[in-house]
Amino acid sequence: MDLRTLTALELGALIKKKKVSSPEATRVFLDAARRDFDKSADDETKINAYTDLFEAEAMAQAEAVQERIDAGEYLSPLSGVPVALKDLICTKEGTTTAASKILGGFRAPYDAGAAERLKGAGAVILGKVNMDEFAMGGSTETSHYGITRNPWDTSRVPGGSSGGSAAAVAAGFAPYALGSDTGGSIRQPCSFCNLTGIKPTYGSVSRYGLMAYGSSLDQIGPLAKDARDCAVSLSIISGRDGRDSTSVMEEPFRFCDIIHGEFGDGRMGGLKIGVPANYFSMPGMKDDVRGAVLGAASVLRGLGADVEEFDLPMIDYAVPTYLIIACAEASSNLSRYDGVKYGYRSPGAKTIHDSFYRSRSEGFGTEVKRRIILGSFVLSSGYFDAYYKKALRVRGLIKSVFDEALEKYDIILAPVCPTVAYGIGGQIDDPLAMYLGDIYTTSVNLTGLPGAAAPCGFGEGGMPVGMQLIGKAYSEGLLLDTIARFQLATDYHKQAPKEHKAERKRAGRPETQEGGRPETQGGGRLETQGGGRPETQGAGRLCENAAVFASEAKQSIKTSCKPGLLGLPRRCAPRNDGLSTQSGGSFCAPGEDGGAR
Amino acid sequence: MNIDDKLIEYLADLSRLELDTEEKAARKKDLADILDYMEKLNEIDTAGLPEMTHPFGAVNRFREDVVTNGDRTEELLANAPDRKGPYFRVPRTVEE
Repeated sequence: MDLRTLTALELGALIKKKKVSSPEATRVFLDAARRDFDKSADDETKINAYTDLFEAEAMAQAEAVQERIDAGEYLSPLSGVPVALKDLICTKEGTTTAASKILGGFRAPYDAGAAERLKGAGAVILGKVNMDEFAMGGSTETSHYGITRNPWDTSRVPGGSSGGSAAAVAAGFAPYALGSDTGGSIRQPCSFCNLTGIKPTYGSVSRYGLMAYGSSLDQIGPLAKDARDCAVSLSIISGRDGRDSTSVMEEPFRFCDIIHGEFGDGRMGGLKIGVPANYFSMPGMKDDVRGAVLGAASVLRGLGADVEEFDLPMIDYAVPTYLIIACAEASSNLSRYDGVKYGYRSPGAKTIHDSFYRSRSEGFGTEVKRRIILGSFVLSSGYFDAYYKKALRVRGLIKSVFDEALEKYDIILAPVCPTVAYGIGGQIDDPLAMYLGDIYTTSVNLTGLPGAAAPCGFGEGGMPVGMQLIGKAYSEGLLLDTIARFQLATDYHKQAPKEHKAERKRAGRPETQEGGRPETQGGGRLETQGGGRPETQGAGRLCENAAVFASEAKQSIKTSCKPGLLGLPRRCAPRNDGLSTQSGGSFCAPGEDGGAR
Repeated sequence: MNIDDKLIEYLADLSRLELDTEEKAARKKDLADILDYMEKLNEIDTAGLPEMTHPFGAVNRFREDVVTNGDRTEELLANAPDRKGPYFRVPRTVEE
């Protein structure tokens, strides 16, 4: 069995059952990562996911966790399971550089809140993974440590800024990873690399020890092979941390039902999903992405969700608003890099003033300078009101349209990105084109709402397409539960890049863990259950045939008002029915077996 | 919006960045393009609307002001580019 093809929960279950030890598992991932790490930079098969591999430290952690497991101490379902961290989440081990020259060789004297919680849950940290410098970018091409390649097609970008996190998981160099998301930096690389990930509600995960980009937008979250891995890792890292005054969610998430795979009949009756029709007619929106996301809408409908289309205004204003706010915050946050206390100091400077200018000019890359200058502009006197204050006001308007939509719908289903992963070098010299790739993701950061990405099909060149589910604040449980049910009925998320495909099939499934994970290939559970709607019968077909299914679903829709642009029912008048009774994720009692700590 | 040399030099100065001639020209162009794109926001009348600085208008959660960490001088100085005893050392700060 190739451990690299398993989900984190599957690997955790094998470790718990002593079928494999944590050091054995850790070695497998380290070796795979090391083989890639050692390839020459001009080798076009080099993924270049890691910026630093913590080989000795990881093995020591694995040995220590294994001792506790052997003593019967069960820290979490991910006890003994390795993980990779984005290179801006501080750890005492190794370096944390934000993929910038200015932090070259920086060794954090402390662990970030999220890293500390992972360690407390028995996670083994494999190393740091690549990213766009200071998380500024959408392609992992602005890293000082070289580009990361997409394991699905190494001539393409993995997305960004958490591109190393996504590439590491997709290539089997880590079972799951943490990233950070300021304007789409978890969701977009998930979409590009066929992974499931979530940008949690602002304030639910501690930002202590997360190198800041846009402080009112940044959140840490997981990138993983499925929704259940996201549920368990988010359960571990979430909750109040006194060292981050914006960490306001008192209790950590406890998604026990999802972690244990308890989904009842797998259906989602009564769940109200709104699909913003106008999002699908934006310039730049590609047909393959549109088709895959609408196919997913039909699958969700087939599973019993009440899916309809509506218009969600303000989309045109999201990116400019985001850019102003993010760059303003960045120019302020990055003023700390002055070559005095840590990081790069220019050797030639004669005075301290000269040292500030030279160290920063030599230490920061082009995209970072571009954003700092833009931030300085919008914050400078004379432009402050017209740009920065204006953006803050528009931010409030964007928040209100989302709040209004989420009074009608439990979930908004949208694309993650207008395109599949593009070729390396394709957008790097056109900042505006790059920024517009964030059109569907930035609103979620501006509003603080949770947004999850999950695989929903394949487009141009066989590249993965992701869908985005956006919910009310703290409704991560509902988002992940919905994706998990979707993943019982489909197998997009089980597809791996070519090199790993054969291995993955050969590996098969490990024995089910407690809670009874069903054999989910092709939605077997749906098929075995009688009395389903006609659409759901033979759900195994859905994944192969989402487009055909979508057109059938379209014809079956009966609605009293004019069909919408997408062929989904469209709301004509406000409805009075109450919100769905489906609860947003359940919480385990502390200490309960299977609870995440 | 037209970005002249004076403005880009002023912004570079605010940002504590030195730009060479080539970079200056490139940043002028980027900034002009991006600001033109941002003009889009002027389509919206925002007069009198509140400024949203935080996603939920949530207030900071302060902890008790008690010391929880000890002396970490050595740990923190370990990353310093230059030090002298327990201090960060920097190039000359006052002109002769």
